[in-house]
Amino acid sequence: MNEARKLLIFGGIALAAFGMFYGLYYAVFVEHQSLDQIGGSLTATFAHAAERNWEGSESALVSYKQAKYNYVRQVDVHSHWIGLAMLMIVLGVAFGSLHLGERVQWWLAATMLTGSVVFPLGVILQTVHHGVFLGSALAVAGSALVTMALAGMAWGFARTSS
Amino acid sequence: MSAQRLLIFGGIALIAGGMLFGDLFAVFVLHQNAALQGEALLAATQAVAAQNPIAVKDIFASLGGLLEDRGTKVDAHVHMTDAGYLALLLALLQPFIVFPHYTKKLLASLFVTGGVLLPVGIFLIHYVGLAYSPFAVIGWGSVLADFAGALLIAALVGEAWGLYKYSRGARADAGEMEDLQAGGWARRALLSGGTVLVLLGFLYGAWYSAVDLYRHEEQETTILKNMIDDAGQPSNLPAAALEVKNFGNLAGERAVKIAAHSHIIEFGILAILLSFIQPYVFLSESWRRRWVQVLLAGSAILPIFVLLELKLGLVAGGIADVGGLMVVIALVGMLVGVLRQTGSLDSRSGVAR
Repeated sequence: MNEARKLLIFGGIALAAFGMFYGLYYAVFVEHQSLDQIGGSLTATFAHAAERNWEGSESALVSYKQAKYNYVRQVDVHSHWIGLAMLMIVLGVAFGSLHLGERVQWWLAATMLTGSVVFPLGVILQTVHHGVFLGSALAVAGSALVTMALAGMAWGFARTSS
Repeated sequence: MSAQRLLIFGGIALIAGGMLFGDLFAVFVLHQNAALQGEALLAATQAVAAQNPIAVKDIFASLGGLLEDRGTKVDAHVHMTDAGYLALLLALLQPFIVFPHYTKKLLASLFVTGGVLLPVGIFLIHYVGLAYSPFAVIGWGSVLADFAGALLIAALVGEAWGLYKYSRGARADAGEMEDLQAGGWARRALLSGGTVLVLLGFLYGAWYSAVDLYRHEEQETTILKNMIDDAGQPSNLPAAALEVKNFGNLAGERAVKIAAHSHIIEFGILAILLSFIQPYVFLSESWRRRWVQVLLAGSAILPIFVLLELKLGLVAGGIADVGGLMVVIALVGMLVGVLRQTGSLDSRSGVAR
């Protein structure tokens, strides 16, 4: 097993385990409270309006918007970390059929691993402070790295051995 | 049938079954359920107009039932296909699992049984409810799903133990093991095609998050605010009804775009996984190529036409369903190839007699 395959397979397993632990933590300590807040605040938005309590209705709508913003990103982070990890493991197994030099293979694997860690990390930072530049910049940079690595791998798989 | 072939056979069957279920769900449940959700939201605006907060709370409680109906079906579809993916991954690991043949086969059987029972249990949750249940909040559907989940965990722990033994230097008995790098054109097409599908799905996801995600979130709040404001004045109820329609359209647009993103990536991973099992597909080269072409074509047609549903409506939805069916047919074709290989090996070893 060459270095590139090791990087993808063991990096993928580590990232999957981390993603699952993060998901477990989120499910146990945060998710139910978030779902209650989303459902409760939407119901409160309408119920306050029915009572003609417009301030209460508006404040419940703001609460709904914030809770949903965080929920969508937290779930996305969890599923993207695990999804990218699975993809890395599968690609690692397939790397024997990649018709590219050892050095290029290593760079592709390293780019894929870095992008897979950084992209969801950027998304999660967006929930710490809404609209924070660092979070968006990391997410964009991470997804660009994954895109480049995948494009390189697709080309390597399509090549016939020379 | 060895553990490896059992996992390959079970994995492909689970993925094909999960996809067929997803197709049936899209045709017979998805749109009808969305319409019922729209009706509930409309009733909520009427309750706001009538200044009846108790009715509002009742309506939102009933919405929970509709969401459960939809959610359990989506979960059944996702869990069945994902269990299939995991079965194929485990099949690849079999040469590195250090156990006697019968133990490996037992673990594989446990995994496939869990993979079948889990979606069945999830599907039944909505219909069985708490009927005849000895528990306060857990019904028999959940019990079956949890039991199946425990089977999957037990099988995975067993496989992990076998892998651990391999890492400690133990080696399995020499058994059948095909060359995973073999498979010729079909393998190369599935590997490169699958990676391109994943790449396209990733690019589309990046586009969605940059262009649509924040816009959709803003639109949702604006629509809800307008809905409430209009419902607050009974003379504006038709305008509130229009906002309910806008809300439904926005939910549909979101669902379609996210489904296109996730389906194209999942088909990409499926293609990559199937590239490894090509040595087990006992078909002529031309038929192997044919099934690969049908699978890759269906994998592209489904997400593209799911996206086009926004512009072309149900016609595009129908074509997307045909794409899904093409993938299922290609999977069944490959399944037949795996079965033929099994039959060939059994007859050679004398098992058939």
